[in-house]
Amino acid sequence: MKRSNTTWRRHLRNTGPQQQAALRDLRGALLRGLRAALTGSFRADDAFLEDMVQDSLLRILDRLPQFEGRSRFLTWATSIAIRTALSEMRRRRWQDLSLDQVVAEGATPEAWSSTERSVVGVRAERQALVDKMYEIIGQQLTDRQRTALLAELRGMPQVEIARQLGSNRNALYKLTHDARKRLKHGLEAAGYLGEHVDAAFSA
Amino acid sequence: MRGRTVVLSKEETRDLVRLVRLTRDEEINCEECLSLVAEFAEHALAGKSIPEGLDAVEHHLSVCAECREEYEALRRAFGQLEG
Repeated sequence: MKRSNTTWRRHLRNTGPQQQAALRDLRGALLRGLRAALTGSFRADDAFLEDMVQDSLLRILDRLPQFEGRSRFLTWATSIAIRTALSEMRRRRWQDLSLDQVVAEGATPEAWSSTERSVVGVRAERQALVDKMYEIIGQQLTDRQRTALLAELRGMPQVEIARQLGSNRNALYKLTHDARKRLKHGLEAAGYLGEHVDAAFSA
Repeated sequence: MRGRTVVLSKEETRDLVRLVRLTRDEEINCEECLSLVAEFAEHALAGKSIPEGLDAVEHHLSVCAECREEYEALRRAFGQLEG
């Protein structure tokens, strides 16, 4: 049965057979959507997808009053299901790693090689920018900002970083956004981040 | 407090420079992105120009790897969405 946005909302808010039918159809649509969305992921077996659809249904019903009808209902609902499923997959993949491990076991000190194919001026400019960036990171960012930024760069999921920092995804985004703004303003004030930076880092 | 010393690989350095260059003073967060991404995806996949109110989503997707991953997954699911 095809439903308009208005019909989806009305049927899901109802009780009785209409709601049951809408929930059944939504469950089926989410399952098909998640299968297509997560295709190729060996972690997304049928049992996992069924669990995620169930979790997603609860979230979708909870958020239903916020649905403004600016997209098709099923597109909106599927976006919530995808976030639910991918967040869980990320959590499972990273749950055994501590933030300290991720941050501590990262890169070894590495200067930009003089053997790379780049002209001397570009190389010097790139190194100067990197040095300035390290200076700002060391002097202007908080330890919490440094930890979060580094963990994100190393691929640790936001939800897991937030959990281990005792925070949430939105607060974490603000934390790293503030860090990026400090870096941007600091580099701009020092004369970096113009268009020439692209050339310096692609050389 | 002097805390952790940060050492970045070249790839991490490149990523960070890219992120910093793209940073805006005002950005939407992941939750706000989620509330708008369905509308954004429908415009983008229909080949329509992105309305002014949705350019913040496009920008957020350029700086948030996880929301970008979710958006790409939504694009893959699009063919399955009916009704």
